[in-house]
This record gives sequence, structure tokens and C-alpha cells, in this order.
Amino acid sequence: MLSPFDYLIWCAGFLAGIYVVVCSLTRKQFMRYLSVHVYILATAAASVAQFVILRDYGFSSHQYKYAYYYGDCLLTVLLYLVVIGLYSHVFQELKASRYLRVATVMLLLGVAGFSYLVVRHNQHNLTGKFVLELSQNLYFVGAVLTYGLWVAVLKLRETRARLIQLVLAMGVYFSAFAALYALRNMFPNFAFLHGIPPLLGVWLPMAWAYTLTRIPEEARLAPSALAAEAR
Amino acid sequence: MIAVIICVASLAALMHFFISYARSLVATYRCVELSDQVRNLAEARSSGVSAGEFRRLRQLVGLCPERADDHFQIQAVGAYYELVTFAGAVVKSVPSVLRWLERERADCAHFAAVALEQRIRYSRSLLEHGSSAS
Repeated sequence: MLSPFDYLIWCAGFLAGIYVVVCSLTRKQFMRYLSVHVYILATAAASVAQFVILRDYGFSSHQYKYAYYYGDCLLTVLLYLVVIGLYSHVFQELKASRYLRVATVMLLLGVAGFSYLVVRHNQHNLTGKFVLELSQNLYFVGAVLTYGLWVAVLKLRETRARLIQLVLAMGVYFSAFAALYALRNMFPNFAFLHGIPPLLGVWLPMAWAYTLTRIPEEARLAPSALAAEAR
Repeated sequence: MIAVIICVASLAALMHFFISYARSLVATYRCVELSDQVRNLAEARSSGVSAGEFRRLRQLVGLCPERADDHFQIQAVGAYYELVTFAGAVVKSVPSVLRWLERERADCAHFAAVALEQRIRYSRSLLEHGSSAS
């Protein structure tokens, strides 16, 4: 059973996403970060679908669990496309879009192949531990991809504040979820860990809402200097 | 075994991303000038807002009507401030690191002062909007 707090968190994430899309449309910036906006719309659609399934079948039903976990896996794969979209922003001046397209296709084929093998191996047990392992692996791949992107930002001395914050917020999201699912995998009976995913789920729409509405496109940062200072 | 490796690597990456994210937030507002009113509230000296003012400024920010999109960022910088304060307590014996940590804390306090300024401006706009509507 979901508590009022869970519903509040759910609504906050949904509304933050809608807020970002509406603001971008009114400021005519929707196409600038298209993959980000497409992901946010997909998340909102998934939230509505999950809510309908929750209302019709209940929180403990298999239908809801399948919709929640496998919907989450599909959204994670969609988030890979956001990472690739941000790579194309970072590599814009190097005219590397052809290589990025090839990398995207290879990444998606790799994920599809890996998922097929995992599902085939676990076809009689597609809930429970299996889905935790799959989510943990998908999020970890996302964290590695985002880390690569952050290294590229540092090496190429990218200074666009918006881009930097979009990348870092996504890095926080991917690595937090990967760590969380790994912990849940190790300690499946630790109930505290079950309440964290919805809370973390709000992070990305909130962070992106802040970045896309409060940080002007022309704002600049020096991430390499930040990293150097940190050492 | 794989879960342990993923957990450790992800936690390390999380720490790195979170610190960089919080620092990027703070850095964005580092050059923003404060109004005289907020400088007085923050008890700012010519060198800037004192690091120790962060918690008080955050309480003042909490008293103002909330803007929908800055709550998480203030929380994130708050967490970073506490992390830096904790690190300062651990590495007391290294003066150069302590100086750097103090600068980071002062930047966090400046961020809180800017957030306070934005919220005051937002409150004023709400009041003006309310009075013009009535």
C-alpha cells in the first residue's frame, strides 16, 4: 500500500517533468535538448500507466510489479539515448555525429543482446532477484557511460553550465540507483532500501527542471578548474 | 561478488558526481552580487559572506515562500556544506586543506545568501501581484 508521502513524491516528479516541458516549449527551447524532453515525456507517460495499473490491480499485484520494474528498465535504456544526445552536444565541434550514431546502435544492440540472454536464462523466474540484477546492471552501465561523458567534458574543457549540470545530475541519478539496486541485491530483506527508489526518482526531473529553467543558456562554468581545485 | 563491486564503484561515482554537482551549483552563483539588504542580513564583510552564516541563512531561506524549482538544489548544497564541515573536522592538522575547505564553506554561504535574495524577490513579486489583483 502506498502512503500519502509516496503519492506526494510521485506527483512532485510528474509535475516537475511537465513543468520542464512546458517551460521549454514556451521558451522555444524544446528541440535544443530533444532527448531530455522525450525522456521526460516518456517518464510522465510511464507514471500515468503505472498509476492506472496500481488503481486497477493493487500494489501487491504481479501486474504492478511487472509494470514498475520492466517500465523502469525501458526508461533506463531510453536514458542511454539522453546520454548519447549529451555526448553529441559535447562533441559538436569535433563533427563526430557519425561515430556517435554507430556507438548508439552498438550500445542498443549490446543492451538488447545482453537482456535477451539474461531473460532467456531466467525465463522461469522473471521477478524478484532477477529484476534487481537486471536493473543494477543497466544502471551501472548508465553510470559508466555518464562517467565517460564527464571525462569528455573535462578533457574538452566544456564550459556550458547547463550541459555540465545536466550531465552531473544524471551521473548522480545513475550511480545512486546502481548502488541502491546492488545493496538491495545483497540485502533483499532490508526494508529501508525499498522506500528509497521513489525518492531518488524525483531527483532527475527536479534537477533538470532547475537547470533548464534557472540556468541561462549562456551561463559558463570551468569544470576543469573545479576538478583541479578539488584535488 | 559482482553486486559488491558494483556497489562500491557506484558509491564512489556517486560521491564524485554529487560533489561536482554541488560545486557547479555553488560556482554558478559565486559571482552574483548581493543587494545591501541581503548583505546586512548575511552580516557580510568586504571579503564576502562568512562560512559560519550558512545554517542561519538557510533557516531564513526556509521562512520565505518556496519557489517550486530550487528546493532540491538548496538541500544538495546543504548536504555538501555538512560534508565539507565534517571533512574540516577530520583534517584539522593540514592547514592548506583547511583553508580550501573554509573557502568552499564560504561559497556555500554565498549560495544561501543568493537563494535568500531570490526568495525575497519572489515574495515581493507575490505581494505586488496580490495587491494589484485586489
